[in-house]
Amino acid sequence: MGFLWFWLVAVMIVGYVVLDGFDLGVGVLHLFLVRNEAERQASLRSIGPVWDGNEVWLLAGGGTLYFAFPLLYASAFSGFYLPLMIVLWLLILRGVSLELRNHIDVGVWRALLDGVFGIASGLLAVFYGAALANVLRGVPLQSDGYFFLPLWTNWQPGAYPGILDWYTVIGGLVALVALTLHGALWLTIKVSGDLEARARNLVKPLWVTLLVLTGVSLVATIRVRPASLDNYLHYPVSFIVPAGVIVSLILLWVWNHKCQPVKAFLASCTYLFFMLAGACWGVYPVLLPATTGAGNDITLTRAISGPHTLAVGLAWWTFGMALAIGYVAFVYSRFKGKADAVGH
Amino acid sequence: MTAELIHRLHFAFTVTFHYLFPQLTMGLALLIVVLKTIALKTSDEHWDKAARFWGRIFGINFVFGVVTGIPMEFEFGTNWARFSQLSGGVIGQPLAMEGVFSFFLESAFLGLFLYGENRLSRKMHWFSAVMVWLGSWISGFFIIVTDAWMQHPVAYDRLPNGQFQVLSFWQLLLNPWGLLQYMHNMTGAVVTGSFVMAAVGAFYLLDGRYPDYGRIFVRVGVIAGVLSAIAIIFPTGDLHGKYVARHQPAAIAAMEGLFKTETGAGIVLMGQPNEETQQIDNPIVVNNVLSFLIYGTTKAEVKGLDQFPRDQWPTTLPLLYYAYHIMAGLGTYFVALMIVAAFLLWRGQIYRARWMLWLLLISFPLPYIANTAGWMTAEIGRQPWLIYGLMRTSEGFSSTVSAGNGLFTLIGFMGLYALLGLLFTVLVYREISHGPQINATLSESVHA
Repeated sequence: MGFLWFWLVAVMIVGYVVLDGFDLGVGVLHLFLVRNEAERQASLRSIGPVWDGNEVWLLAGGGTLYFAFPLLYASAFSGFYLPLMIVLWLLILRGVSLELRNHIDVGVWRALLDGVFGIASGLLAVFYGAALANVLRGVPLQSDGYFFLPLWTNWQPGAYPGILDWYTVIGGLVALVALTLHGALWLTIKVSGDLEARARNLVKPLWVTLLVLTGVSLVATIRVRPASLDNYLHYPVSFIVPAGVIVSLILLWVWNHKCQPVKAFLASCTYLFFMLAGACWGVYPVLLPATTGAGNDITLTRAISGPHTLAVGLAWWTFGMALAIGYVAFVYSRFKGKADAVGH
Repeated sequence: MTAELIHRLHFAFTVTFHYLFPQLTMGLALLIVVLKTIALKTSDEHWDKAARFWGRIFGINFVFGVVTGIPMEFEFGTNWARFSQLSGGVIGQPLAMEGVFSFFLESAFLGLFLYGENRLSRKMHWFSAVMVWLGSWISGFFIIVTDAWMQHPVAYDRLPNGQFQVLSFWQLLLNPWGLLQYMHNMTGAVVTGSFVMAAVGAFYLLDGRYPDYGRIFVRVGVIAGVLSAIAIIFPTGDLHGKYVARHQPAAIAAMEGLFKTETGAGIVLMGQPNEETQQIDNPIVVNNVLSFLIYGTTKAEVKGLDQFPRDQWPTTLPLLYYAYHIMAGLGTYFVALMIVAAFLLWRGQIYRARWMLWLLLISFPLPYIANTAGWMTAEIGRQPWLIYGLMRTSEGFSSTVSAGNGLFTLIGFMGLYALLGLLFTVLVYREISHGPQINATLSESVHA
């Protein structure tokens, strides 16, 4: 049961990153890629009907984490208190500024909301990346399973680091670049004309940056927590995951170059999937590693809920997620094609 | 300020602000379905435009509900970690169910309802309105289930490590406390929706603008208002109150300001609870009524606070007493106002009765106050327990998050929410000034 729930939660997190990831990327891009109001409208329309549903993956995933691994939820959410509160403020600012800009017909206020939307989107990407890097690096768990991290200390990973150190900053940058790239590919699907061409051209420098950052982050992860390699060395077949990262990146480049935007976007999805799966596999069966000694690790068996809870949960979860995937498919099928070609 | 107090204020402040929005979302969703249904039956343009107008306000309101709702799920973990660690196996379930069963559905149909009218058949558009209504009411249900388990824990056992686990899905969902609370709460949401609709109608009539729509809004608002205002007292409030009296007797005693056990207890209409002398100062009391309301006979004995050890009295007792009295007092006013308004409507005089239109206009904030006071009654009444009878509030907050860090983010939320409140007021007022006659279906919107 524990193994199953670990991957169910992981799948929901991947779902969130893959789906809301392009919303964040488009948010960052519309700051500097668009040249006029029409293009801005087009880029926002490419995420308008779906961003709210995409964000639901975060809430549903968070709720699932909450009941399946209560100790992890309690420990991580209270320990990452400050950055999570900042994430909440950014989520609020992003949602409000995106939804309400068109209820205001004064250019100055729209410009303000657009700026807020772009900056909040970019910072969210950075925080998500840094959060994942915090998990991979480990946190100073005490024996009762709790910890509290300040935003920064001396910028060095170690037994008592801060949320931000050189390693987690790299994680934040990887996420920022990966999701911006993801958003650019989404734009190549959903918009046309000049904007589409500019988005396609932007993919190239972003791709090179991402390739470098991906390599740096892999090396840095092994250096910061050598145990990340244990599962891979123990089960060499799992090197298929880093291979998947590389293959996805190559296909992404090729398909973007050949102007096959949907395929390129899907390659970006599999890149994100393999990166996250690789991270999960690097810590499994630990959920949150301790920098204070492996005895304090929050492991799967330590954090898993009671058997009845999991049995009850599995019954409705399976049914509910099947329903939810139906809604998601329905929304995306209604929203096929170019978002700027619907005649407004 | 202790960390415990900060964490309580943190949750209380963010949830109070949040619930200003969903109560209108849930109430309006039902009224929009009413408008759409009449539009479908009569094919009168006015009803479609009325539905579109309220759809625009609904859309703005919904966004604020969504963005202020996300922090609520997070705060269980961030601010109430020890509580979450022990109870997550139970209350994490309805919270996750809300996302899975309600939010996905809402996000799929809200866009269709708000922006898809041109591309849908009339029936499909009506259907999307129904689904939005359903989604918002399902969402409310799971939140009530969560709260009801904290008020009246059912269907659980405890693991050796102290964690709670849920034993039965249906018993958790059909917790009798939750069903009663749900009926009462949803009726309260309809009261808010009705009063807001009637107030906008009254505003248009008093100002001489859009009189056709003013009449529609007043008519629908008053009819829904009189039904919901009566239902919030009887049967929903009555049943819920009796259930609370049986299962949380100390809470009822504190709500009513009953310090000493009485046979044939009277009801305190007004007066100030004095914890020092353990009596009500300046009381206005109606004899025997409390016994009758709870037990159906004027002679019954009602337990006062003297029957309970001091450490089981609800903390912040005067606040509980006032919250309850404000809720009940306003509820009584709603019934009186709406019965008179409904009478005038039936006689065909309401659109010219400017005094009544004025009353309807200035009364719209009151259901917000009553709903808030009702929730304060429920949550302060549960004190000193976090999970009634099982876990104290003092045992539940995040011990690793210091008062200083908690206050930092509380102040942050206060600032941000002040801004949001301002923005909301400006945007909704703008929609009301534009009125229902403009044909904009937000075609320039990001959703189109």
